[in-house]
Amino acid sequence: MTSENTPAQAPVGQQSESATGGAPAGRHQWPMWEVFVRPSRGLSHVHAGSLHAPDAQMALRNGRDLYTRRNEGVSVWVVPTAEVSASDPDRRDAFFESAKGKEYRHATYYTKSEGVKHL
Amino acid sequence: MTTTHDPRAASSADELTAEQLQERFDALIAADQRIEPTDWMPEDYRRTLVRQMSQHAHSEIIGMQPEGNWITRAPSLKRKAILMAKVQDEAGHGLYLYSAAETLGTPRDEMFEQLMSGRAKYSSIFNYPARSWADMGAIGWLVDGAAICNQVPLCRASYGPYGRSMVRICKEESFHQRQGWEILYTLSHGTPKQKQMAQDAVNRFYGPALQMFGPPDDQSPNSQQSMDWKIKRFSNDELRQRFVDMIVPQAEALGLTLPDPDLAWNEERGHYDYGELDWDEFFGVIKGHGPCNQQRLQHRIDAHENGEWVREAAAEYARKMQERAARADTDTAPAGSEQR
Repeated sequence: MTSENTPAQAPVGQQSESATGGAPAGRHQWPMWEVFVRPSRGLSHVHAGSLHAPDAQMALRNGRDLYTRRNEGVSVWVVPTAEVSASDPDRRDAFFESAKGKEYRHATYYTKSEGVKHL
Repeated sequence: MTTTHDPRAASSADELTAEQLQERFDALIAADQRIEPTDWMPEDYRRTLVRQMSQHAHSEIIGMQPEGNWITRAPSLKRKAILMAKVQDEAGHGLYLYSAAETLGTPRDEMFEQLMSGRAKYSSIFNYPARSWADMGAIGWLVDGAAICNQVPLCRASYGPYGRSMVRICKEESFHQRQGWEILYTLSHGTPKQKQMAQDAVNRFYGPALQMFGPPDDQSPNSQQSMDWKIKRFSNDELRQRFVDMIVPQAEALGLTLPDPDLAWNEERGHYDYGELDWDEFFGVIKGHGPCNQQRLQHRIDAHENGEWVREAAAEYARKMQERAARADTDTAPAGSEQR
Protein backbone atom coordinates (compact mmCIF):
# COMPACT_ATOMS: atom_id res chain seq x y z
CA MET A 1 0.00 0.00 0.00
CA THR A 2 1.31 3.44 -0.86
CA SER A 3 1.06 6.16 1.71
CA GLU A 4 0.38 9.76 0.93
CA ASN A 5 2.79 12.00 2.75
CA THR A 6 0.88 15.24 2.77
CA PRO A 7 -2.73 16.06 3.51
CA ALA A 8 -2.85 16.92 -0.12
CA GLN A 9 -6.39 18.07 -0.48
CA ALA A 10 -6.18 20.90 1.98
CA PRO A 11 -4.77 23.65 -0.21
CA VAL A 12 -7.57 23.48 -2.74
CA GLY A 13 -9.08 26.82 -1.80
CA GLN A 14 -6.16 29.06 -2.52
CA GLN A 15 -5.25 27.35 -5.74
CA SER A 16 -8.75 27.31 -7.13
CA GLU A 17 -8.67 31.08 -7.27
CA SER A 18 -5.52 31.23 -9.30
CA ALA A 19 -6.27 28.19 -11.44
CA THR A 20 -9.95 28.66 -12.17
CA GLY A 21 -10.79 32.23 -11.31
CA GLY A 22 -12.76 31.29 -8.23
CA ALA A 23 -15.73 29.06 -7.66
CA PRO A 24 -19.13 29.98 -9.07
CA ALA A 25 -21.66 31.12 -6.51
CA GLY A 26 -24.29 28.77 -5.11
CA ARG A 27 -22.04 25.78 -4.58
CA HIS A 28 -23.04 23.38 -1.88
CA GLN A 29 -20.48 20.66 -2.20
CA TRP A 30 -20.12 18.08 0.55
CA PRO A 31 -16.98 18.59 2.64
CA MET A 32 -13.88 16.53 1.95
CA TRP A 33 -12.57 13.78 4.24
CA GLU A 34 -9.26 11.96 4.41
CA VAL A 35 -9.59 8.19 4.69
CA PHE A 36 -7.18 5.97 6.65
CA VAL A 37 -7.35 2.19 6.47
CA ARG A 38 -5.82 -0.41 8.81
CA PRO A 39 -4.92 -3.30 6.51
CA SER A 40 -4.89 -5.89 9.31
CA ARG A 41 -4.42 -6.29 13.04
CA GLY A 42 -0.99 -5.22 14.16
CA LEU A 43 -0.57 -2.58 11.44
CA SER A 44 -1.18 1.17 11.60
CA HIS A 45 -3.93 2.97 9.77
CA VAL A 46 -2.49 4.27 6.49
CA HIS A 47 -3.79 7.10 4.35
CA ALA A 48 -5.76 5.59 1.47
CA GLY A 49 -7.21 8.68 -0.21
CA SER A 50 -10.01 11.17 0.14
CA LEU A 51 -13.69 11.55 -0.61
CA HIS A 52 -16.63 13.90 -0.23
CA ALA A 53 -19.37 13.12 2.28
CA PRO A 54 -21.98 15.12 4.20
CA ASP A 55 -21.05 13.72 7.62
CA ALA A 56 -18.71 11.32 9.42
CA GLN A 57 -21.10 8.39 9.22
CA MET A 58 -21.46 8.67 5.46
CA ALA A 59 -17.73 9.30 5.10
CA LEU A 60 -17.07 6.01 6.90
CA ARG A 61 -19.49 4.10 4.70
CA ASN A 62 -18.25 5.70 1.51
CA GLY A 63 -14.68 5.11 2.66
CA ARG A 64 -15.44 1.44 3.15
CA ASP A 65 -17.08 1.16 -0.29
CA LEU A 66 -14.36 3.13 -2.03
CA TYR A 67 -11.16 1.86 -0.40
CA THR A 68 -11.92 -1.65 0.91
CA ARG A 69 -13.80 -3.41 -1.90
CA ARG A 70 -11.29 -6.27 -1.74
CA ASN A 71 -10.90 -6.77 1.99
CA GLU A 72 -8.11 -4.20 2.20
CA GLY A 73 -9.02 -3.26 5.72
CA VAL A 74 -10.27 -4.23 9.16
CA SER A 75 -10.75 -0.64 10.35
CA VAL A 76 -11.32 2.77 8.77
CA TRP A 77 -10.72 6.28 10.11
CA VAL A 78 -12.09 9.41 8.47
CA VAL A 79 -10.85 12.92 9.26
CA PRO A 80 -12.24 16.15 7.85
CA THR A 81 -9.57 17.44 5.46
CA ALA A 82 -10.00 20.91 6.89
CA GLU A 83 -8.88 19.63 10.30
CA VAL A 84 -5.48 18.43 9.11
CA SER A 85 -2.52 20.62 9.99
CA ALA A 86 0.61 20.11 7.93
CA SER A 87 4.19 21.28 7.96
CA ASP A 88 5.12 23.74 5.24
CA PRO A 89 6.78 21.86 2.35
CA ASP A 90 8.67 25.00 1.39
CA ARG A 91 10.25 25.20 4.84
CA ARG A 92 11.10 21.51 4.81
CA ASP A 93 14.84 22.00 5.14
CA ALA A 94 14.63 24.27 8.16
CA PHE A 95 11.86 22.25 9.76
CA PHE A 96 13.72 18.96 9.63
CA GLU A 97 17.20 20.40 10.09
CA SER A 98 17.78 19.19 13.62
CA ALA A 99 17.64 15.55 12.52
CA LYS A 100 20.29 16.09 9.83
CA GLY A 101 23.96 15.37 10.35
CA LYS A 102 23.28 13.15 13.32
CA GLU A 103 24.41 9.81 11.97
CA TYR A 104 25.26 8.79 15.54
CA ARG A 105 21.55 8.21 16.03
CA HIS A 106 21.85 5.15 13.78
CA ALA A 107 23.38 1.85 14.86
CA THR A 108 25.43 1.79 11.63
CA TYR A 109 27.47 4.77 12.92
CA TYR A 110 29.28 2.51 15.38
CA THR A 111 31.77 0.25 13.60
CA LYS A 112 34.25 -0.93 16.21
CA SER A 113 31.92 -3.73 17.28
CA GLU A 114 31.93 -5.33 13.82
CA GLY A 115 32.46 -9.09 14.10
CA VAL A 116 31.45 -9.11 17.75
CA LYS A 117 28.30 -11.19 18.11
CA HIS A 118 24.93 -9.95 19.33
CA LEU A 119 26.00 -6.28 19.19
CA MET B 1 -15.32 26.03 -2.46
CA THR B 2 -14.43 26.58 1.15
CA THR B 3 -11.01 27.91 2.04
CA THR B 4 -11.04 26.44 5.49
CA HIS B 5 -7.46 25.40 5.88
CA ASP B 6 -4.30 25.97 4.00
CA PRO B 7 -1.09 24.46 5.30
CA ARG B 8 0.85 26.65 2.91
CA ALA B 9 -0.41 29.81 4.51
CA ALA B 10 3.04 30.57 5.86
CA SER B 11 4.70 29.35 2.71
CA SER B 12 8.13 30.69 2.03
CA ALA B 13 7.62 30.01 -1.68
CA ASP B 14 6.72 33.67 -2.05
CA GLU B 15 10.28 34.60 -1.17
CA LEU B 16 11.68 32.77 -4.20
CA THR B 17 11.77 34.33 -7.64
CA ALA B 18 9.86 32.78 -10.54
CA GLU B 19 13.15 31.51 -11.97
CA GLN B 20 14.15 29.86 -8.71
CA LEU B 21 10.78 28.14 -8.42
CA GLN B 22 10.99 26.91 -12.00
CA GLU B 23 14.54 25.69 -11.38
CA ARG B 24 13.49 23.76 -8.32
CA PHE B 25 10.58 22.19 -10.22
CA ASP B 26 12.83 21.26 -13.15
CA ALA B 27 15.37 19.73 -10.78
CA LEU B 28 12.72 17.57 -9.12
CA ILE B 29 11.50 16.34 -12.52
CA ALA B 30 15.06 15.72 -13.71
CA ALA B 31 15.82 13.69 -10.57
CA ASP B 32 12.69 11.59 -11.21
CA GLN B 33 11.17 12.84 -7.97
CA ARG B 34 7.45 13.30 -7.58
CA ILE B 35 5.67 16.64 -7.53
CA GLU B 36 3.23 16.88 -4.63
CA PRO B 37 0.14 19.09 -4.36
CA THR B 38 1.76 21.66 -2.11
CA ASP B 39 4.78 22.15 -4.41
CA TRP B 40 5.04 25.08 -6.77
CA MET B 41 4.41 24.00 -10.36
CA PRO B 42 4.14 25.79 -13.71
CA GLU B 43 0.57 26.72 -14.61
CA ASP B 44 0.76 24.72 -17.84
CA TYR B 45 1.77 21.61 -15.91
CA ARG B 46 -1.17 22.10 -13.57
CA ARG B 47 -3.58 22.73 -16.44
CA THR B 48 -2.35 19.70 -18.41
CA LEU B 49 -2.76 17.47 -15.37
CA VAL B 50 -6.23 18.74 -14.51
CA ARG B 51 -7.29 18.14 -18.11
CA GLN B 52 -5.77 14.67 -18.34
CA MET B 53 -6.83 13.47 -14.89
CA SER B 54 -10.38 14.80 -15.11
CA GLN B 55 -10.80 13.31 -18.60
CA HIS B 56 -9.51 10.08 -17.21
CA ALA B 57 -12.03 10.27 -14.35
CA HIS B 58 -14.86 11.12 -16.77
CA SER B 59 -13.92 8.08 -18.87
CA GLU B 60 -14.24 5.79 -15.86
CA ILE B 61 -17.62 7.26 -14.98
CA ILE B 62 -19.02 7.20 -18.53
CA GLY B 63 -17.40 3.78 -18.97
CA MET B 64 -19.89 2.33 -16.50
CA GLN B 65 -22.69 2.75 -19.04
CA PRO B 66 -21.94 0.22 -21.80
CA GLU B 67 -21.47 -2.47 -19.16
CA GLY B 68 -24.20 -1.32 -16.79
CA ASN B 69 -26.46 -1.85 -19.77
CA TRP B 70 -25.84 -5.63 -19.53
CA ILE B 71 -26.15 -6.19 -15.78
CA THR B 72 -29.81 -7.17 -15.95
CA ARG B 73 -29.19 -9.44 -18.92
CA ALA B 74 -26.05 -11.26 -17.76
CA PRO B 75 -26.38 -14.97 -18.60
CA SER B 76 -25.96 -16.22 -15.03
CA LEU B 77 -26.10 -14.96 -11.47
CA LYS B 78 -22.34 -15.40 -11.13
CA ARG B 79 -21.64 -13.37 -14.26
CA LYS B 80 -24.08 -10.73 -13.07
CA ALA B 81 -22.28 -10.44 -9.72
CA ILE B 82 -18.92 -10.19 -11.51
CA LEU B 83 -20.20 -7.52 -13.89
CA MET B 84 -21.61 -5.50 -11.00
CA ALA B 85 -18.28 -5.71 -9.19
CA LYS B 86 -16.55 -4.46 -12.31
CA VAL B 87 -18.92 -1.54 -12.80
CA GLN B 88 -18.50 -0.64 -9.12
CA ASP B 89 -14.74 -0.65 -9.67
CA GLU B 90 -15.13 1.81 -12.55
CA ALA B 91 -17.08 4.12 -10.24
CA GLY B 92 -14.32 3.76 -7.65
CA HIS B 93 -11.63 4.53 -10.23
CA GLY B 94 -13.50 7.65 -11.26
CA LEU B 95 -13.64 8.77 -7.64
CA TYR B 96 -9.91 8.10 -6.99
CA LEU B 97 -9.10 10.22 -10.01
CA TYR B 98 -11.50 13.04 -9.20
CA SER B 99 -10.04 13.42 -5.73
CA ALA B 100 -6.50 13.27 -7.12
CA ALA B 101 -7.43 15.97 -9.64
CA GLU B 102 -8.95 18.09 -6.89
CA THR B 103 -5.54 18.37 -5.23
CA LEU B 104 -4.67 20.65 -8.16
CA GLY B 105 -7.31 23.14 -7.12
CA THR B 106 -10.26 22.37 -9.37
CA PRO B 107 -13.38 21.52 -7.34
CA ARG B 108 -15.21 18.35 -8.19
CA ASP B 109 -18.50 19.94 -9.11
CA GLU B 110 -16.64 22.11 -11.60
CA MET B 111 -15.26 18.97 -13.25
CA PHE B 112 -18.77 17.48 -13.30
CA GLU B 113 -20.03 20.64 -14.92
CA GLN B 114 -17.30 20.49 -17.57
CA LEU B 115 -18.29 16.93 -18.42
CA MET B 116 -22.02 17.55 -18.53
CA SER B 117 -21.74 20.72 -20.59
CA GLY B 118 -19.65 18.81 -23.12
CA ARG B 119 -16.56 20.99 -22.60
CA ALA B 120 -14.54 18.11 -21.18
CA LYS B 121 -13.82 15.00 -23.19
CA TYR B 122 -13.77 11.36 -22.19
CA SER B 123 -12.35 8.33 -23.95
CA SER B 124 -14.05 7.98 -27.34
CA ILE B 125 -14.29 4.20 -26.95
CA PHE B 126 -17.34 4.60 -24.70
CA ASN B 127 -19.30 6.18 -27.52
CA TYR B 128 -19.60 2.78 -29.15
CA PRO B 129 -22.61 0.61 -28.26
CA ALA B 130 -22.36 -2.72 -26.43
CA ARG B 131 -24.61 -4.78 -28.68
CA SER B 132 -24.28 -8.30 -27.33
CA TRP B 133 -23.12 -10.18 -24.24
CA ALA B 134 -19.93 -10.97 -26.12
CA ASP B 135 -19.18 -7.25 -26.05
CA MET B 136 -18.71 -7.56 -22.29
CA GLY B 137 -15.89 -9.94 -23.13
CA ALA B 138 -14.38 -7.75 -25.84
CA ILE B 139 -14.60 -4.64 -23.66
CA GLY B 140 -12.92 -6.39 -20.74
CA TRP B 141 -10.18 -7.94 -22.84
CA LEU B 142 -9.47 -5.20 -25.39
CA VAL B 143 -10.72 -1.96 -23.85
CA ASP B 144 -9.54 -2.65 -20.30
CA GLY B 145 -6.44 -4.29 -21.73
CA ALA B 146 -5.56 -1.13 -23.67
CA ALA B 147 -6.35 0.93 -20.60
CA ILE B 148 -3.96 -1.13 -18.47
CA CYS B 149 -1.24 -0.83 -21.10
CA ASN B 150 -1.70 2.93 -20.96
CA GLN B 151 -1.99 3.11 -17.20
CA VAL B 152 0.89 0.97 -15.99
CA PRO B 153 3.48 3.61 -17.01
CA LEU B 154 1.22 6.28 -15.47
CA CYS B 155 1.89 4.71 -12.05
CA ARG B 156 5.24 6.51 -12.37
CA ALA B 157 3.71 9.82 -13.48
CA SER B 158 5.57 12.77 -12.02
CA TYR B 159 2.52 14.05 -10.17
CA GLY B 160 2.29 12.06 -6.92
CA PRO B 161 -1.47 11.82 -6.41
CA TYR B 162 -1.99 10.77 -10.05
CA GLY B 163 0.61 8.01 -9.81
CA ARG B 164 -0.81 6.75 -6.53
CA SER B 165 -4.35 6.53 -7.92
CA MET B 166 -3.00 4.67 -10.94
CA VAL B 167 -1.29 2.09 -8.72
CA ARG B 168 -4.59 1.35 -7.04
CA ILE B 169 -6.46 1.32 -10.36
CA CYS B 170 -3.98 -0.99 -12.12
CA LYS B 171 -4.21 -3.52 -9.29
CA GLU B 172 -7.95 -3.69 -9.78
CA GLU B 173 -8.02 -3.54 -13.58
CA SER B 174 -6.21 -6.83 -14.08
CA PHE B 175 -9.31 -8.70 -12.91
CA HIS B 176 -11.34 -6.79 -15.51
CA GLN B 177 -9.17 -7.90 -18.38
CA ARG B 178 -9.06 -11.53 -17.31
CA GLN B 179 -12.78 -11.80 -16.77
CA GLY B 180 -13.35 -10.29 -20.25
CA TRP B 181 -10.94 -12.71 -21.83
CA GLU B 182 -12.70 -15.58 -20.06
CA ILE B 183 -16.12 -14.51 -21.36
CA LEU B 184 -14.71 -14.64 -24.89
CA TYR B 185 -12.99 -17.96 -24.18
CA THR B 186 -16.26 -19.51 -23.00
CA LEU B 187 -18.10 -18.23 -26.07
CA SER B 188 -15.38 -19.21 -28.52
CA HIS B 189 -15.46 -22.76 -27.10
CA GLY B 190 -19.26 -22.94 -27.25
CA THR B 191 -21.57 -23.41 -30.20
CA PRO B 192 -20.58 -22.05 -33.64
CA LYS B 193 -23.12 -19.30 -33.13
CA GLN B 194 -21.57 -18.32 -29.80
CA LYS B 195 -18.12 -18.34 -31.33
CA GLN B 196 -19.42 -16.09 -34.10
CA MET B 197 -20.77 -13.73 -31.46
CA ALA B 198 -17.34 -13.53 -29.84
CA GLN B 199 -15.65 -12.95 -33.19
CA ASP B 200 -18.14 -10.23 -34.09
CA ALA B 201 -17.48 -8.41 -30.81
CA VAL B 202 -13.71 -8.59 -31.33
CA ASN B 203 -14.14 -7.33 -34.89
CA ARG B 204 -16.00 -4.25 -33.68
CA PHE B 205 -13.77 -3.38 -30.72
CA TYR B 206 -10.30 -4.07 -32.16
CA GLY B 207 -9.89 -0.80 -34.07
CA PRO B 208 -11.43 1.52 -31.47
CA ALA B 209 -9.37 -0.19 -28.73
CA LEU B 210 -6.15 0.50 -30.65
CA GLN B 211 -7.24 4.09 -31.01
CA MET B 212 -7.51 4.46 -27.25
CA PHE B 213 -3.79 5.25 -27.20
CA GLY B 214 -4.53 8.47 -29.03
CA PRO B 215 -3.58 9.76 -32.49
CA PRO B 216 -0.28 8.76 -34.14
CA ASP B 217 2.77 10.49 -32.65
CA ASP B 218 3.14 12.94 -35.54
CA GLN B 219 -0.43 14.15 -34.93
CA SER B 220 -0.18 14.39 -31.16
CA PRO B 221 1.31 17.82 -30.52
CA ASN B 222 1.04 17.79 -26.70
CA SER B 223 2.71 14.41 -26.23
CA GLN B 224 6.28 15.69 -26.18
CA GLN B 225 5.60 18.24 -23.44
CA SER B 226 3.86 15.58 -21.34
CA MET B 227 6.85 13.31 -21.80
CA ASP B 228 9.28 16.09 -20.86
CA TRP B 229 7.26 16.57 -17.69
CA LYS B 230 7.35 12.79 -17.12
CA ILE B 231 3.57 12.62 -16.91
CA LYS B 232 3.66 10.37 -19.95
CA ARG B 233 6.53 7.90 -20.18
CA PHE B 234 5.97 6.39 -23.63
CA SER B 235 4.52 7.78 -26.85
CA ASN B 236 1.08 6.83 -28.19
CA ASP B 237 2.56 4.68 -30.96
CA GLU B 238 4.99 2.92 -28.61
CA LEU B 239 2.16 1.92 -26.30
CA ARG B 240 -0.07 0.90 -29.20
CA GLN B 241 2.69 -1.35 -30.53
CA ARG B 242 3.20 -2.88 -27.10
CA PHE B 243 -0.53 -3.63 -26.92
CA VAL B 244 -0.70 -5.19 -30.40
CA ASP B 245 2.25 -7.42 -29.54
CA MET B 246 0.43 -8.60 -26.42
CA ILE B 247 -2.98 -9.30 -27.91
CA VAL B 248 -1.94 -11.29 -30.99
CA PRO B 249 -1.01 -14.41 -29.00
CA GLN B 250 -3.97 -13.81 -26.67
CA ALA B 251 -6.32 -13.87 -29.67
CA GLU B 252 -4.70 -17.10 -30.84
CA ALA B 253 -5.30 -18.63 -27.42
CA LEU B 254 -8.95 -17.68 -27.80
CA GLY B 255 -9.17 -19.26 -31.23
CA LEU B 256 -10.33 -15.92 -32.63
CA THR B 257 -8.83 -13.67 -35.29
CA LEU B 258 -8.08 -9.96 -35.23
CA PRO B 259 -9.76 -8.03 -38.06
CA ASP B 260 -6.59 -6.65 -39.61
CA PRO B 261 -5.31 -8.12 -42.91
CA ASP B 262 -2.00 -6.30 -42.48
CA LEU B 263 -1.26 -7.87 -39.12
CA ALA B 264 2.01 -9.79 -39.49
CA TRP B 265 5.13 -10.55 -37.50
CA ASN B 266 8.03 -8.38 -38.58
CA GLU B 267 11.21 -10.28 -37.88
CA GLU B 268 13.40 -7.27 -38.45
CA ARG B 269 11.57 -4.98 -36.01
CA GLY B 270 10.76 -7.76 -33.57
CA HIS B 271 7.18 -6.51 -33.48
CA TYR B 272 3.88 -7.13 -35.22
CA ASP B 273 3.06 -4.79 -38.10
CA TYR B 274 -0.53 -3.63 -38.10
CA GLY B 275 -2.72 -1.83 -40.60
CA GLU B 276 -3.68 1.82 -40.81
CA LEU B 277 -6.49 2.73 -38.42
CA ASP B 278 -9.50 4.80 -39.42
CA TRP B 279 -8.49 8.16 -37.95
CA ASP B 280 -11.29 10.05 -39.69
CA GLU B 281 -13.72 7.96 -37.71
CA PHE B 282 -11.73 8.56 -34.50
CA PHE B 283 -11.74 12.32 -34.86
CA GLY B 284 -15.42 12.20 -35.84
CA VAL B 285 -16.29 10.33 -32.65
CA ILE B 286 -14.25 12.80 -30.59
CA LYS B 287 -16.13 15.67 -32.19
CA GLY B 288 -19.39 14.10 -31.02
CA HIS B 289 -20.45 12.10 -34.08
CA GLY B 290 -20.02 8.63 -32.60
CA PRO B 291 -22.94 6.21 -32.37
CA CYS B 292 -23.67 6.92 -28.67
CA ASN B 293 -22.19 10.33 -27.76
CA GLN B 294 -25.51 12.00 -27.06
CA GLN B 295 -26.99 9.04 -25.27
CA ARG B 296 -23.98 8.66 -22.95
CA LEU B 297 -23.89 12.32 -22.00
CA GLN B 298 -27.64 12.58 -21.54
CA HIS B 299 -27.63 9.52 -19.32
CA ARG B 300 -24.91 11.06 -17.15
CA ILE B 301 -26.82 14.36 -16.91
CA ASP B 302 -30.05 12.54 -15.99
CA ALA B 303 -28.29 10.47 -13.34
CA HIS B 304 -26.76 13.61 -11.84
CA GLU B 305 -30.02 15.54 -11.85
CA ASN B 306 -32.09 12.64 -10.55
CA GLY B 307 -29.63 12.26 -7.69
CA GLU B 308 -29.92 15.89 -6.63
CA TRP B 309 -32.57 15.21 -3.98
CA VAL B 310 -30.42 12.49 -2.44
CA ARG B 311 -27.45 14.81 -2.14
CA GLU B 312 -29.64 17.53 -0.68
CA ALA B 313 -31.31 15.17 1.78
CA ALA B 314 -27.96 13.84 3.01
CA ALA B 315 -26.57 17.35 3.45
CA GLU B 316 -29.71 18.47 5.27
CA TYR B 317 -29.60 15.42 7.53
CA ALA B 318 -25.96 16.12 8.37
CA ARG B 319 -26.82 19.76 9.13
CA LYS B 320 -29.70 18.78 11.44
CA MET B 321 -27.62 16.22 13.30
CA GLN B 322 -24.90 18.80 13.81
CA GLU B 323 -27.44 21.29 15.08
CA ARG B 324 -28.89 18.74 17.45
CA ALA B 325 -25.43 17.84 18.75
CA ALA B 326 -24.63 21.51 19.29
CA ARG B 327 -27.88 22.01 21.21
CA ALA B 328 -27.16 18.97 23.38
CA ASP B 329 -23.72 20.43 24.13
CA THR B 330 -25.13 23.76 25.34
CA ASP B 331 -27.79 21.94 27.39
CA THR B 332 -25.21 19.88 29.25
CA ALA B 333 -22.58 22.61 29.55
CA PRO B 334 -23.78 24.14 32.85
CA ALA B 335 -24.06 20.72 34.46
CA GLY B 336 -20.55 19.93 33.31
CA SER B 337 -19.11 23.12 34.77
CA GLU B 338 -20.86 22.56 38.11
CA GLN B 339 -19.24 19.19 38.47
CA ARG B 340 -15.85 20.74 38.07
